Amino acid sequence: MAKFNKKKDGDLPAVSTASLPDIVFMLLFFFMTVTVMKDSSLMVENILPNASEIKKLEKKDRVIYIYVGKPTSQYQKVFGSEPKIQLNDKFANVSEVGDYILQERAKKPQELQNVLTTALKVDKNANMGLISDIKQQLREVNALKINYTTFEGDAFRNLQ
Amino acid sequence: MPRRGGPPEVNAGSMADIAFLLLIFFLVTTTIETDAGLDRMLPPMEPPDENVVIKQKNIFTVNINKNGQLLVEEELLDLKGLRKAAMDFLDNGGDGTCNYCKGARDESSSDNPTKAIISLKNDRETKYSTYITVQNELVGAYNELRNRESQRLFNRNFTEMEAEYLNPETPSSVRDELKDKVKQIQDLFPQKLSEAQTSTN
Repeated sequence: MAKFNKKKDGDLPAVSTASLPDIVFMLLFFFMTVTVMKDSSLMVENILPNASEIKKLEKKDRVIYIYVGKPTSQYQKVFGSEPKIQLNDKFANVSEVGDYILQERAKKPQELQNVLTTALKVDKNANMGLISDIKQQLREVNALKINYTTFEGDAFRNLQ
Repeated sequence: MPRRGGPPEVNAGSMADIAFLLLIFFLVTTTIETDAGLDRMLPPMEPPDENVVIKQKNIFTVNINKNGQLLVEEELLDLKGLRKAAMDFLDNGGDGTCNYCKGARDESSSDNPTKAIISLKNDRETKYSTYITVQNELVGAYNELRNRESQRLFNRNFTEMEAEYLNPETPSSVRDELKDKVKQIQDLFPQKLSEAQTSTN
């Protein structure tokens, strides 16, 4: 006796979506691993300049960040449009930079306290006067290792 | 009524939705970090003990004014020529004690790469982007000379060796070997970049 079922004609076989979760999970794990959570939201414009002779900043736990730039449009009414310093989540004066560095340094484990780098993330339209003041402050608290964070690219594009 | 044929299958159809939700969350929060830049050391606060006399010819002065123009060794210079000028100065080897220099051996320029100092001065109103470009060119001059010596001695670029040395994923056996090489090249062309206080006018 014929046991074969006769195919119903006209019906498309359903596409199996069983492997769809696997694909999505793969993507998910990729993004989970490359994600770095932002610790502070930017309140200043921060378009970094380009440089070609750059070195990568390894070991994120040894870096203290200082942001400099014009306040973004929502803060311009209150803080004006002159470049300002942002430390963590608030604007600061030059005189507060030293204290901030000391504070951040105290938070790090003992063995890292002497190998910290200060990363200056400065908008390309800022003036050097402010940067010089920050550098002076850093020298006073003996945070001598600095890194001018930049994008990788042709340095001459900065001039346009 | 007793169940037949084992437990019923769990419907996994919504798993994809949940995974998508997570995926979109991470997609939105991801910022690819741009943590690379120019490493610099600031001079310490305490002045050096002894008064070191440095010959004027061993100092290469670079001045940036507020319009972004460069005054190099008392002459106006285009930014594009800075790297070449700095390399010529560092590589000069005026007193003949430097056996790896390939420069002009000009008496009126630097004696030896280990004595040559680049002094960078900027105005308070200089734009940061200009300053970074100048820094980049000066670091580039050092790197190019170091790469040249590194190629001659070890057949590979100094920048590449240094990056591998600084990379924490490099095994320590390789790192120890690289450390000496990096140090050796750095000693041939030590980076002496001094930044004086900014001028106020």
